[in-house]
Amino acid sequence: MENYENISMEVNGKAYSIEVDIRESLLEVLRNRLQFTGVKQGCSVGECGACTVLIDGLPVDSCIYLAVWADGKKITTIEGVSKDGELSKVQQAFVDEGAVQCGFCTPGLVLTATSLTDSGREYSDEEIKREISGHLCRCTGYNKIFNAVKKVLDDKQH
Amino acid sequence: MAFDVVGKRTVRKDAVAKVTGRAKYADDFFERDMLVGKVLRSPYAHAIVKNIDTSAAKALPGVEAVITHEDLPRLKYATAGHPWSLDPNHRDVADRLMLTDKARFVGDGIAAVVAVDTLTAEKALKLIKVEYEVLPFVLDPEKAIEPGAPVIHEERPDNVLGASNEEIGDIKEDFSKADRIFEGIYETSIVQHCHLEIQTAYAYVDSDSRIVIVSSTQIPHIARRIVGQALGIPWGNIRVIKPYLGGGFGNKQDVIVEPLTAAMSLAVKGRPVRYALTREECFIDTRTRHAMKFYMKTAVTKEGKMLSLHMRPVSNNGAYASHGHTIVMSAGGKFRLLYDFNSIKYEPKTVYTNLPSAGAMRAYGCPQIFFALESHIEDITREMKMDPIEFRKQNLISVGKMDPHSEIVVRTFGLPECIEKGKQLIKWDEKLKKYKEQKGTKRRGLGMACFSYASGTYPHGFEIAGVRIIMNQDGSVQLQVGATEIGQGSDTVLSQIAAEVLGLPYDMVHIVSQQDTDITPFDLGAYASRQTFVSGAAVKKAAEEAKGKALEIAARRTGLSIDALDIKSARIIEKKSGNEICTLEDIAMESYYDLVNAAPIDGNASVNMRTNAMAYGVTFAEVEVDMETGRIEVVEIYNVHDSGVIINPLLAEGQVHGGVSMSLGYALSEQMLFDPGTGRPLNNNFLDYKLQTIMDTPEIGSAFVQIPEPEGSVGQKSLGENTTISPAPAVRNAVLNATGIAINKLPMTPQKVFEEIKKAGLL
Repeated sequence: MENYENISMEVNGKAYSIEVDIRESLLEVLRNRLQFTGVKQGCSVGECGACTVLIDGLPVDSCIYLAVWADGKKITTIEGVSKDGELSKVQQAFVDEGAVQCGFCTPGLVLTATSLTDSGREYSDEEIKREISGHLCRCTGYNKIFNAVKKVLDDKQH
Repeated sequence: MAFDVVGKRTVRKDAVAKVTGRAKYADDFFERDMLVGKVLRSPYAHAIVKNIDTSAAKALPGVEAVITHEDLPRLKYATAGHPWSLDPNHRDVADRLMLTDKARFVGDGIAAVVAVDTLTAEKALKLIKVEYEVLPFVLDPEKAIEPGAPVIHEERPDNVLGASNEEIGDIKEDFSKADRIFEGIYETSIVQHCHLEIQTAYAYVDSDSRIVIVSSTQIPHIARRIVGQALGIPWGNIRVIKPYLGGGFGNKQDVIVEPLTAAMSLAVKGRPVRYALTREECFIDTRTRHAMKFYMKTAVTKEGKMLSLHMRPVSNNGAYASHGHTIVMSAGGKFRLLYDFNSIKYEPKTVYTNLPSAGAMRAYGCPQIFFALESHIEDITREMKMDPIEFRKQNLISVGKMDPHSEIVVRTFGLPECIEKGKQLIKWDEKLKKYKEQKGTKRRGLGMACFSYASGTYPHGFEIAGVRIIMNQDGSVQLQVGATEIGQGSDTVLSQIAAEVLGLPYDMVHIVSQQDTDITPFDLGAYASRQTFVSGAAVKKAAEEAKGKALEIAARRTGLSIDALDIKSARIIEKKSGNEICTLEDIAMESYYDLVNAAPIDGNASVNMRTNAMAYGVTFAEVEVDMETGRIEVVEIYNVHDSGVIINPLLAEGQVHGGVSMSLGYALSEQMLFDPGTGRPLNNNFLDYKLQTIMDTPEIGSAFVQIPEPEGSVGQKSLGENTTISPAPAVRNAVLNATGIAINKLPMTPQKVFEEIKKAGLL
């Protein structure tokens, strides 16, 4: 079939080799084909950040990233963040700080925060906000999200 | 009252599920061979559908069904998420068909396609040929009520969906006694909820021929009834399941996608069909917040006592009734218990226009009415050269005040304390002095605004809540509630109440975070900030029943009277000495397995709450206005709430942050725009509709004045919606304080502020 192509990618440490429609977004393949439903669809055009996944460690809106581009890439979805049933530090901080309400923006935010903490860099408050500004959240007013991210970054830096 | 679990910063029951991605929302469930439903929408704001040719669409491979109004029952139904009323005069306006033969706004649903995938469905939509007779349209409600305006619904040729005229006291007399009379006009704009999860549902017919609908709804039991009415089938043949929900804010207190989703499934003989809106569709064909224009006239004595208020709101309802006139009426009932007017005349009008339908949105008309009232009062205090806080304080109601129409009595009134607290937090006196003589290009100012709000809808609405508690063998419980968790934290606070009453650690309360009309006790759902107050009462009642049963077994075992026993930390204790008698597990095991007396412990409660509790609060804001660009920066902002006992401060702060942020968007940047020449939406997406991001949102301060409310099951009153009422007028008043410019129309975008600065000659 002319519209289909084989891709190989790693999702949360596991190798997948699948045939995808060349018109499909990575979001669609992750959700509908592989059932990583923690990847949320909020706008489908890269405006809200709910569908964020890490591609080779960097946060990307998977709704505007074609699945075929993921060939050879390492993808992390929210399902791959906790290890052996233990929450990551970012996840734990989101829980403890009350940074979660409806939870729809949460997976994307946790992933962006994870990429910040994994980067080993230091971030000023303004930089943290800038990094997070691609995520829309209607419930929290961002205050507790900021606190959670800052807490993890501060713990890392000291 | 000393509590063990209530009042603690316990983490959310659903936090782990949500940070791990395990929480499943309506779109996260898959059925094999699920089909996709899509809707063809009118490009015209007002047009009659003369003819629809679906043959080419039907012939497209992969298309399973195409439906139009001709294929559906011609039953007009009402979509508002209110309980059904046995009184025909108290029902919502039924003015809607699932698919219409007359488009009343750009985006009105004309035809639907069911296909194997989204691309095929979208292709099929383009093959449907519709012949329209295009009609003149009207977007402005004041034009819509002029004679000769286009008629939107034939049943209401004047386009008036609702008009009221309520008078309390004698305004004529009070106005004749007044020393000063003030007038003002204040306007708000159309905004939207912008929950991150769009409206979505899927439906199928199960093996006993019943329709199952999995939906992102705040109101599963009501959704079931409305689907039954729209399709003309017995309500018992419908099952609605509500999984985790990604925000609602009132937009899912309306039955929008469910009836058509069910109809799509029926069109393909009950096969599963998913109908999920796109974000662009969500902006135009769900609900919006009513834009309102207020004509205000107030009579005041020279000492600053407000004698009388005459308020005339015109509410822009858009194309279909939804919650309609109820919103402006409900808000009209809530503001009356804030200031002690001798007389009030309230003349609201709700008008149909050719715009997306307005409906319920967080605080249900109150952000509009308090923007008008608190801006107007600020203007009066400036004119009279009076201190805005002292002026308000001397006009406040006091405990015992009763509204003569609703007969709601104020039993607790913490607003004066809230005002004092807010004043201190923002350092009001000190900063006012500092900002007195400003001439620069950046000017700072302070503003404040108060509000009043109810806890639930009683007496205008019916307030029923259902709860079931089942004790497990280890003494832990399953809590099943009809109340719906939509992000606001109801599962958590209801679990805290259950734990408190049952004497259990919080972790021993397991809540079933899903509502299913086949299983879940009857409850109306999430709206009107009712759940903590109303469903909380049902939780307490069910928990008391379960506790009574456990103590009965303990009494039988010990020979002591029930009154001498209590449960603490999942142990049965003797009240007097505090000594442990046995564990709750011992009792639970006996309830399950005692050969003679076995009867597992449970509690079932349905509460019909025939009372209400007024909640209050205030916002204090400090702004900096850039006189050269018109940009307003909110430097500091505090919301101080009188919501009775705060069950969970961590979650309560979260509610305040979210509500304030939403109101800052309302104040500064959010507005749905429409082309005046065509009625088409201009910014129905997140790029052009300016939602607050983390970069726009300041640190938000929250504080609480906790006076236990006697009617609250643990002393609580409402909070969720309250948080979004007063920030916008507080910011507007702060801008006035900083610049001397009164901006009487929201939002206060840089362009609008700049134009006002220019007009005032301040540039």
